Amino acid sequence: MSETKKTDEAVIPQQAQAPAGDSADREVLLRVEGLKKHFPIKKGILQRQVGAVKAVDGIDFEVRKGETLGVVGESGCGKSTMGRVITRLQDPTGGTITFDGRDITRLRTGQMRPLRRDIQMIFQDPYGSLNPRHTIGSIVSAPFRLQGVEPEGGVKKEVQRLLELVGLSPEHYNRYPHEFSGGQRQRIGIARALALKPKLVVADEPVSALDVSIQAQVVNLMDDLQEELGLTYVIIAHDLSVVRHVSDRIAVMYLGKIVELADRTSLYEAPMHPYTKALMSAVPVPDTKRRGQKSERILLRGDVPSPIAPPPGCRFHTRCWKATDICRTTEPQLLELRPGQRVACHHPEDFADQAPQDTVLLSAAKEASELVSTGAAAEPAASARTDTAEEPATEDDAQAKPAADTAAEPGADAAEKPAAEAEETAGAAAADEPAADAAEKPAADADVADEPASDVTTGTGADADAEPDVAKESAAAAEAAAGAGATQTGPGARTSTGRAGSEAAASAEEPAAGTDSQESTGK
Amino acid sequence: MTELSKTGAAVGEPTSASQPPKAFLEVRDLKVHFPTDDGLVKSVDGLSFSLEKGRTLAVVGESGSGKSVTSQAIMGLHRLGTRGKNVRMTGEIWLDGKELISAAPGEVRKLRGREMAMIFQDPLSAMHPYYKVGDQIVEAYRVHHDVSKKVARKRAIEMLDRVGIPEPAKRVDGYPHEFSGGMRQRAMIAMALVNNPELLIADEPTTALDVTVQAQILDLIRDLQKEFGSAVIMITHDLGVVAEIADDVLVMYGGRCVERGRADEVFEKPQHPYTWGLLGSMPRIDRDTSERLIPVKGQPPSLINVPSGCAFHPRCPYADIPKGNVTRTVRPELEQVSTGHWSACHLPAEDRERIWTEEIAPKL
Repeated sequence: MSETKKTDEAVIPQQAQAPAGDSADREVLLRVEGLKKHFPIKKGILQRQVGAVKAVDGIDFEVRKGETLGVVGESGCGKSTMGRVITRLQDPTGGTITFDGRDITRLRTGQMRPLRRDIQMIFQDPYGSLNPRHTIGSIVSAPFRLQGVEPEGGVKKEVQRLLELVGLSPEHYNRYPHEFSGGQRQRIGIARALALKPKLVVADEPVSALDVSIQAQVVNLMDDLQEELGLTYVIIAHDLSVVRHVSDRIAVMYLGKIVELADRTSLYEAPMHPYTKALMSAVPVPDTKRRGQKSERILLRGDVPSPIAPPPGCRFHTRCWKATDICRTTEPQLLELRPGQRVACHHPEDFADQAPQDTVLLSAAKEASELVSTGAAAEPAASARTDTAEEPATEDDAQAKPAADTAAEPGADAAEKPAAEAEETAGAAAADEPAADAAEKPAADADVADEPASDVTTGTGADADAEPDVAKESAAAAEAAAGAGATQTGPGARTSTGRAGSEAAASAEEPAAGTDSQESTGK
Repeated sequence: MTELSKTGAAVGEPTSASQPPKAFLEVRDLKVHFPTDDGLVKSVDGLSFSLEKGRTLAVVGESGSGKSVTSQAIMGLHRLGTRGKNVRMTGEIWLDGKELISAAPGEVRKLRGREMAMIFQDPLSAMHPYYKVGDQIVEAYRVHHDVSKKVARKRAIEMLDRVGIPEPAKRVDGYPHEFSGGMRQRAMIAMALVNNPELLIADEPTTALDVTVQAQILDLIRDLQKEFGSAVIMITHDLGVVAEIADDVLVMYGGRCVERGRADEVFEKPQHPYTWGLLGSMPRIDRDTSERLIPVKGQPPSLINVPSGCAFHPRCPYADIPKGNVTRTVRPELEQVSTGHWSACHLPAEDRERIWTEEIAPKL
């Protein structure tokens, strides 16, 4: 789109391109490839660079016209930096950003300026992002002034129209920011961002500073404006419920990387990356009836590692209950495992293992599956969850502790392998004893458990490869059967099912087990 | 039914004023007003509730609804230093048979930290940056226990271990800035619990934390409560957290309680339009995304000029249903809807029932 044409368009804010029907067919507005942003750490008189904070470390995604891409992650995962880099408020260290078919990665400030019309940002802090010495009129009209745009009917009229559009009164034109509440200020920020009819709006935590009742007002407003003006949003937030509500597709970030990128429904209903799963399960739901289902929650141990020295391989392996050796050495690629669902994981949930030959859990993962408990095995059995699976666990509280130890190993394996069929269960049971020995020693490392366990489990891995479809279908049934079997045959079989075994681990976990063992290994 | 129980002061227990109640904690008609140049800020304006040991009460409301001021009043934090001169506090706060508002500062001081302790929202500013985490816990312990530093240190390590800090013997000598956000919050909980307090007040303990860490901290608080049997007041604006942890809920609006009851009842059959608004405006992970959020229109009230009548009437979509001008002129009192469930609303019960089941609930 030429600049002159854009100027004309900015004159009369009218209906922009209507949102297209199918999101997959929409034109790509923004494409990001291998984007990196490292902040150097300098030391000494010479200010030599001694390291870098790898805030964003190689991410790829695209935003299609008219859609909303949500970006979630814990604090420090680089989501805000990503937002600032794609709007070129900060310069990327590497990678390319293509906006509307044009590479904008290396454009100079002057070259960027005309593009600023098309890319706007809404900031998190409605108190910090409005100049306290300017009136609302001057704040909202600044974009016109800076871009030299003269809207039809004059700037003042247009600003008043914008204020009305975001639900403020046009009389607010001459007031100062301090006269407004947080929600109103956020509306002012939105009005400013929309003044030039941008194509892309990047909103960094647009509602997190607001009260719940006001949050809803702003969320609805952004929704309406998108429909009315055909806007494309990138919404960055840490609140998963908000992101779910507003987004069409969602990217989950962890330590500077995208670990999963999928449409809203698949991501929330069938998350494939263990981290996504853990995040989802941690969101509190305002429904007292769900309190009893606490066991479905996956408690991640410890905190996010430092982005200065991210862990090698998969960055999540230090906190992951499924981590195996390959996770420590090889970084998983972001692959489209299901249509529209891209995941970077060697051992995705609910799907054929990406590294089936690699079955021995890291010691960190063992601890996680013992202490973190049910989460490990919950997934495959979630649908086939039966009461029988729970009963043996609670009954055997007394023996639960040793059971928990043994369960850690084969339990997680069974959960991982979609091909958890009856024979396999028996096989795992056989593997139980050697594995148990190894696991009982607190320091038991992968090496010790390696031989006996892998013998059995590699076999099942091959199964999974051979007939992934069949395996997948039968997985749920097999789990249910295994759970039922456990009730009858007692402790030995129970540990082998994985499901029941780690249930036991859960109940065995005394309150004191809340230690962040993961933390120490992570650092 | 006595006068008091009609206003919801004492649930069931008719107690005359200034008689120690049976409940472990009882707040009666608490008012906390701050005179300012702009006028009198009525942060808390007639609040009553009670709490038993082993129960968790969640206080919910928007910023400026008076929830934090209430907790600080119970802790006696308004009377500290010069601030005591700028506050007008009336009413009664009974903790374990002792009245706190009329008590001498020294008396309250003996209780603070020992019988009642507080977890603050921001652990970085609540901890002293110059002192080691362990020393701060040791100090909190030695104020109330006549023990040697060595014993207190052992106790501090034990507490750090209990709240799940790895290598507590090493971390006890760390400074607050060396801890991550979640760890700091754990250390703060350790400090609050070092004297086995019977009342624990947590003021937005997880608001500054990520959801994964939030889940850890909520689990920890729940476990510790089970272990020590303390009463917990959880101040929050997140109804998800409430549903997760609370036995009872108290919804505050404009410095007053608008609804109070058992958590499951309040979530199942909320009786106040403001509670409906809160439930409707929350995006929920278990809710159909095609539904629009139902925001509460307008802005939270100014505590200097609290709207006449029902403070919520300017924002209430149902303010015109009750006959006459009653919502604008008469302040609604708390009325018992069902056992232990109180609501302050002029709407006739049948209208509330109808609106909730027909209009609000299907949209949630």
